[in-house]
Amino acid sequence: MSDLHTSPSGESHGSVSSYIIGFVLAVILTAASFGLVMSHSLSPSGTLTGLAVLAFIQVLVHLHYFLHMGSGSEQRWNNMCFFFTVGFVVILLIGTMFIMNNTALHMMSR
Amino acid sequence: MLGRLSFSAIPLDVPILVGTFLGVAIIGLAVLGLITYYGKWGYLWKEWLTSVDHKRLAVMYIVLALVALFRGFADAIMMRTQLAMAYAGNPGYLPPHHYDQIFSAHGTIMIFFLAMAFMTGLFNFVVPLQIGARDVAFPFLNNLSFWMTAIAFILVNVSLFIGEFSQCGWLAYPPLSESQFSPGVGVDYYIWAIQLSGVGTLLTGVNFFVTIVKMRAPGMTWMKMPVFTWTAFCSSILIMVSFPVLTVAVALLGLDRYFGMHFFTNDGGGNQMLYLSLIWSWGHPEVYILVIPAFGVFSEVVPAFSGKPLFGYGTMVYATCSIMVLSFIVWVHHFFTMGAGPDVNAFFGIATMIISIPTGVKLFNWMFTMYKGRVQFHACMYWAVGFMVTFTIGGMTGVMMAIPGADFVLHNSLFLIAHFHNVIIGGVYFGYICGMNFWFPKVMGFKMNETWGIRAFWFWFVGFYFAFVPLYVLGFDGMTRRMNHYDNPEWHIWLLIAEVGAVLILFGIVCQLTQLYVTIRDRNLPANRDVTGDPWNGRALEWSTSSPPPPYNFAIVPHVHELDAFMHDKENGIDTRCAGGPYAPIHMPKNTAAGFLIGVFSLVFGFAAVWYIWWLAAIGLIGVIGTVIARSANKDIDYYIPAEEVARIENEHSRKLMAQAAE
Repeated sequence: MSDLHTSPSGESHGSVSSYIIGFVLAVILTAASFGLVMSHSLSPSGTLTGLAVLAFIQVLVHLHYFLHMGSGSEQRWNNMCFFFTVGFVVILLIGTMFIMNNTALHMMSR
Repeated sequence: MLGRLSFSAIPLDVPILVGTFLGVAIIGLAVLGLITYYGKWGYLWKEWLTSVDHKRLAVMYIVLALVALFRGFADAIMMRTQLAMAYAGNPGYLPPHHYDQIFSAHGTIMIFFLAMAFMTGLFNFVVPLQIGARDVAFPFLNNLSFWMTAIAFILVNVSLFIGEFSQCGWLAYPPLSESQFSPGVGVDYYIWAIQLSGVGTLLTGVNFFVTIVKMRAPGMTWMKMPVFTWTAFCSSILIMVSFPVLTVAVALLGLDRYFGMHFFTNDGGGNQMLYLSLIWSWGHPEVYILVIPAFGVFSEVVPAFSGKPLFGYGTMVYATCSIMVLSFIVWVHHFFTMGAGPDVNAFFGIATMIISIPTGVKLFNWMFTMYKGRVQFHACMYWAVGFMVTFTIGGMTGVMMAIPGADFVLHNSLFLIAHFHNVIIGGVYFGYICGMNFWFPKVMGFKMNETWGIRAFWFWFVGFYFAFVPLYVLGFDGMTRRMNHYDNPEWHIWLLIAEVGAVLILFGIVCQLTQLYVTIRDRNLPANRDVTGDPWNGRALEWSTSSPPPPYNFAIVPHVHELDAFMHDKENGIDTRCAGGPYAPIHMPKNTAAGFLIGVFSLVFGFAAVWYIWWLAAIGLIGVIGTVIARSANKDIDYYIPAEEVARIENEHSRKLMAQAAE
C-alpha cells in the first residue's frame, strides 16, 4: 500500500508526445485498412494480405506506444506476461484452425 | 419510448412466478424495513457497500454466492420435481417454455454467480493475508469487480419478473440462440449478464495476478508461497487468458442478434460450429478456474487437521501449473460429436486423459498428508474426505467420456450431467464450503458450529449420491439432458430416486442455514471465540493476525523465512507480529462510491439494452464513463492510520493473547 502512487516496477509510463505519436499512427493504419477495402484497388487475396500486414503493424504500434513494451531488464514481468499471452493465443488460433478445417472436411460444409 | 417493453412482458399468467415475486418482495421489504428500523443504512453504506477493504468485499462476495445458491437450487429442485412427475400421461407442472428457462438459469447462476462469486470471495479473504500484504494491488477495482458481478446477478433475476430468461441452455448455442429462433429477450438478458459479470471477473483476475506477483512479503519466494495462493495465482492466469474469449464469443452472438450479422447463423456465411469452439475454449479453462482453488483449500485444510506439513509441496505446485496449461488444450472434448475426424478427437481425447495424472498426484499428496498424521475429524475434514471420494469418481467418469468413441454414446445424455455435477459439487462446492468452515473464525472472530456443519455434510454427501448416481444409470439407458417429459417406464423409478436425492440436498442447505444461525447466536460462548487468531494451529501467515484482522492486516509486514511461514515462526519462537513495534503510520485506500455507481449505471445500461430502450442505455453508458472520469480525476483517495492508533490496536490484541495464555 505504501507504493500506491509510484509505479512499483519503475518502467516508463510514456509521455504526452509518445501517446500522440502512437495515436496518430494508429489512426493512419486504421484509415489505411478501411481505404484498402473501400477502394477495391487490390484483388481479394491481395486485400486480405494487405489487411493482415496493416493489422500486424497496428499491434506493434499498440505494444510500443500504449503498453510500453521494451527490452529493459525491469520489463521482465511485462515481457513474460506478453509471451505467455502470445503462446495461449497461438494455441487458440492453431487449435481452432485445426478443428474447424478438419470438421469442414468431414462434414463437407465447404 | 420503452422499446420492446410493455405491460404484457410481466408474466402475470404464471402463478409460480407471481408467487415467487410476492415472496421476494415480502422478504426484500422485510430486510429493508429491518435495516431502516435499526438505522443501519449509513453503516451499511460507509462500512460495506463502498468499502475497498478486501476482507469486507470477501464477505459480500460470499453472501452474494449464498443468495445465488438459493436461487440456483430452487431451479434445480423444480427440474427434478418436474421430471419425477412428467411421466407418460402426466405433463408435469412446468410447460416447456418455463422449464427451458429454468435449466438455462440454473446453469448460468450456479457457475457465474455461485461458484465464481464464492471463489472470488475466498481469494479476497485469504490471498492478501497469506502473502503478508495489506490489501490487494488495486483496491478500488476490487470493489468495482464485486459490483459488476452483483448487478449481473440482479439482471438475471430481473428476467424472472420482467420478460423471460434464455431458453438455450447455459451456453446459448446458436443457431437456437439467434434471433431467428429466439426472438424474445431471454438470450439478450443472458448476453448482458455474462458481459457485465465478465468485466468483474476479468478485473479480479488481473488484480490477484498483480497482487501475488508484486506484493508478497519480503522473503516469500515463489516456492515458499502457500498452496492456496499458488492455486489463486494459476486461476487468475486462466481468468485473464480465457475470459476475453468468452467476451468475444458472446459479443459476436450479440452482433448477430442486434445488428443482423452472420457470425453463427446458418445463412450469410456463418458457422455455428465456430461458436462451440470459441465458447468451450473459455468453458473448459473455466471449470479449472473453479476447481483449482478448491484444490488449494484442501491443501490448506488437510495439513492443518492432520498436524503435518503438506506432503509433496513441490509436486503440488507443479501439478497445479501443469493442470493450468493442460486445461487450455482439451476443449474439443465438449463436442467430439460435432463432426471432426479421428485426428482431432484423438489429440484432444488424449490431452484430456493426461490431466488426470497431475490431478491424481494431488489426491495422493492429500492422502499421504493424512497418513500417519494426527487427523482430527473437524467438519472441514468431513468435506475434505467426502471430496476425495466423490471427486475421484467424477474424475473417472470424466476419463470415460474423454474416450471419443464412448463419448458418442454418452454425449448430451444424463451421464454427462451426472459427471459434471459429480466434479462441480464434489470438487468445487465441497471445497468452497470446506474453506468457509476453515476461514470463518478468521473472518468473523468466532468459530462455526461444528455439529450442524457435519449434519450439513452428511445430507449433501448422501443426497449427492442419491441425486446423481441414478443420472449415470439413466445416461446409459439413453435419456438425454434437458428433457421436459418422457414415456419410458424404465426411467421413472430412477428419476424418483433422484428427486429423493434433491430433497436430501435441500435438507443439507437447511442444515447450512441453521449452522449459520446457531453460529451467530452462540458467538459469544467462550468456546466459540477465536481470541488468538490461530484456532487450528495454522501454518500460513493469515493465522498470525488477530481474528478478525485489523483494517491494515499486518502492523509490521512479516518476514518469511520458510515455507509454512507462521508454523516455522511458532516452532522457532519468532514473533511474526513483531509485537511492541515500533509502528509507523499505515497508508490506506479510502472507501469510494464509484464502484457502486458504475455498477448501477451498468445495470441500467444492461436492462435498457435488453429491451431496446436506447435513450436509457445512453444514460447508463454516459453514467459509467462519467463516473470513471470523475474517479480518475479524484486525488483524495487515501489516508494514513496514525502510528498511535496502530499501536493501540496491536497492544489490545497482545493483551488478549496474554490473558488467553494465562488461563
